[in-house]
Amino acid sequence: MTPAPAPRTAQVDRSRLPEPGPARPFTFPRIEKSTLPNGLRVWTVPHPGVPLVAFTLLVRRGAATDPPGKEGLAAVTADMLDEGSGDRSAIEMHEALARLGAQFDTDIGSDATVASLTVLTRFAERALGLLSDIVARPALREQDFLRVRQLRLHRLTQLRDMPGALADRAFLKLLYGAHPYGHPPIGSEASLTAMTPDDVRAFHAGAIRPSVATLIAAGDCDHETTVRLAAAAFADWTGSGGPDVNPTGVPAPGPRLHVVPRPKAPQSELRIGQVSAARDTPDYHALVVANTILGGQFVSRINLNLREDKGLTYGARSAFEFRRLSGPFVLQAGVQTSGTARAIEEAINEIAGIRGVRPVTDAELALGIAALTRGYARNFETADQFGRAALQLALYDLPDDYFAQFVTRVEQVATDDVSRVMTRYVDPARLTTLVVGDVEAIGQDLARLGLGEPVILPAESV
Amino acid sequence: MNISFSKHTLANGLDVLLHEDHGCPIVAVNLWYHVGSKNEQPGHTGFAHLFEHLMFEGSQHYDRGYFEPLQGAGATLNGSTNADRTNYWEVVPPGALDLALWMESDRMGYLLPALTEAKFANQRDVVLNERRQNYENRPYGLAPMALLAALFPPDHPYHWTTIGEIADLQAAHLDEVQAFFRRYYRPANASIALAGDIDAEDALDLVGRYFGNLDPGEPAGPVRVPATLARDVRIRFEDRVELPRLYLAWLSPAMFADGDADLDLATDLLANGKMSRLYRRLVFDERIATDVSASQNSREIAGYTQITATAAPGHTLEELEHAILEEVARLALDGPTDAEIERGRVQAESQFMLRLQTVGGFGGKSDQLNAYNVFLGDPAYFDRDLARYQDVIAASLKQAVSRYLDPKRRVTLSVVPQGRVALAAAGSEPAVVS
Repeated sequence: MTPAPAPRTAQVDRSRLPEPGPARPFTFPRIEKSTLPNGLRVWTVPHPGVPLVAFTLLVRRGAATDPPGKEGLAAVTADMLDEGSGDRSAIEMHEALARLGAQFDTDIGSDATVASLTVLTRFAERALGLLSDIVARPALREQDFLRVRQLRLHRLTQLRDMPGALADRAFLKLLYGAHPYGHPPIGSEASLTAMTPDDVRAFHAGAIRPSVATLIAAGDCDHETTVRLAAAAFADWTGSGGPDVNPTGVPAPGPRLHVVPRPKAPQSELRIGQVSAARDTPDYHALVVANTILGGQFVSRINLNLREDKGLTYGARSAFEFRRLSGPFVLQAGVQTSGTARAIEEAINEIAGIRGVRPVTDAELALGIAALTRGYARNFETADQFGRAALQLALYDLPDDYFAQFVTRVEQVATDDVSRVMTRYVDPARLTTLVVGDVEAIGQDLARLGLGEPVILPAESV
Repeated sequence: MNISFSKHTLANGLDVLLHEDHGCPIVAVNLWYHVGSKNEQPGHTGFAHLFEHLMFEGSQHYDRGYFEPLQGAGATLNGSTNADRTNYWEVVPPGALDLALWMESDRMGYLLPALTEAKFANQRDVVLNERRQNYENRPYGLAPMALLAALFPPDHPYHWTTIGEIADLQAAHLDEVQAFFRRYYRPANASIALAGDIDAEDALDLVGRYFGNLDPGEPAGPVRVPATLARDVRIRFEDRVELPRLYLAWLSPAMFADGDADLDLATDLLANGKMSRLYRRLVFDERIATDVSASQNSREIAGYTQITATAAPGHTLEELEHAILEEVARLALDGPTDAEIERGRVQAESQFMLRLQTVGGFGGKSDQLNAYNVFLGDPAYFDRDLARYQDVIAASLKQAVSRYLDPKRRVTLSVVPQGRVALAAAGSEPAVVS
């Protein structure tokens, strides 16, 4: 500790806020890329500093490739990857991971299966060996399958009591019906019960393959070493990823208002939205700016209205959930039961307003753009962040200069673009509203919203 | 590895911690007030957290929302309250450091002139909705209330949760808020850390300029209330859940005290990961539970160790209780294996390195410097904190388990589906939760 100098005698000018100074330059590290003979792409994002390396293995096959009637198969397969390999049991596999102090995770989405493993640099080689055992050579034994499936069935039971999970599940089905995005990755009781170990083996053989996979190393690593280690670890992994997701049509919107009853619930869980834009839309940056202003930040119109003005919620937000096929636009909030109808009305008014009735102002646009661009560098600090950034490029076929161009592209968005894209991708007349809440308390108010008689969806049917 | 830093104390008592890291053009501003829900009184719970919300509603010289100018400058920001401290942080581009310090110092020095009844009423509604969302409308969400109330006596400041009781929140008055601010939101009770792309000398000058003239106030001073459990306190409540869940909890050492690191590693080897002893037995082999977890929750003046498991359909909470206590007893008797100790060591090293990667936010380097400074008066504690875990040996871990995880002095909480009280562990009394 040292004594501090006496504070400057000059008084702080509190009559106005200090103007932010100019941005400091920031360069996204170059991604080095190779492809192994088996088709596996190996990418490296060197970011030295802390002695850690984050490995991310992306397979571009996810829950959307679940065969009809076998919803949940991709997720069960992902869950079984770390249940042992060769002679190694599931327990032994996890003992080996723990000996490295590894952070291991698998993540399943509609479009992808991702296995990630972060370790101290000195364990990089052993970590890649384990990662290849997990992804390329899982044992997929029947006894493990039965246990994993049983735990997933229990999980499904428990999700029925979680208002947010229930809302997400019911809402996806309303928006997408039988479309590959219409079921949650966990599947249903019926589909899980019908599943067999051979289904899992077939899915692994047909989808978890190097031709559709990218291994990303980020952090304290170099490309040459990573390629050499990956080539040794994944040499015997072969085969093609089989058919990609089959884009079928999205059902026309049906009734506009649905309620899953949750008697005596103190809050209603809301979802309002529709099928909207895909990740490859040329309007991506304009949609990101538009959503930031509408519901994507604390000072968004929706949050300021529902939380800061009316105190109806702890927080309300909206998002375009971009995916490889058209993803949903969703507004979500948990609102106090007595304010449910009012919150829905206000939320829909905000969505309608930003399309043109109350177009974004120059000040709102400037704020939204600044919020997205001025602090952009903070997204590139940890090994894990670099890995996830590179994953976006690999999953959505984005160009290498995507991050370098992001700020410029966002700064080009104008107020007219916001009205145009919100008009193109969101239509208040096609919005579906779902409530998980206390029907007895809110039913009459809901019926007066002008969205038609609410359709009741029993929780067991969801 | 360590976090290099310099520490200075302004004449008004504000601690200033500075750490340069030029890896990314961002600066973390992290401000701790040494006040939390443990400084509240029974009947006035939830106050520290409600107050945190009001800090984002404008101050005398910028009487509008706190978020807008900072988000417009490219900042991300947040705050949080727990039993022991309240923290506020911004991560800003270097050019917006001035702005962040202006804003933080204005609300430290000049909050009250801008505080109105309307803002207070609005944020109380928001907090009541936060409580509904995160506790009341969430399965098992009220378990923390029941556990803490049983572990700590009514006059102990850990008896209640930080979110507070509904009735207390509804009865809170604006004048109490003002008194709370005057007492605790003072430079002498605060510590600010700046980490990232700064020049330490310039940054110190800036902090002095913005905060140096604020009235010092006084440190909050220690809160000391003893807590003991004399028996197995068995309680239950009914909730909107499908599967019954068992919670076992014991009083345990405070943060950084002897035995804290031992119990941290003990709970890891019991229930962190598929190879952990309890997961392996309850979920993998016997399949009597759907999940199991354990943690040593150490706080400033006391801690509690908790083991939680959910019964698989067809199995009882008594089966879980029996199996868990058997494993705890085995650990207390035989201690950990060498492999478990080695695993704990390398996991601690890995965890500590992960925390060194980021300058800001919850758990980043600026937050760690403040944690060590506020709780220990020693921001250089990073190395010794890691050493606490490296120094754990089989004998010390075994001793901590046998001393603290005593089956005769614990809380046993059953949360069971509505109308199914027979599923609670035998001998449970109803707990009052709201």
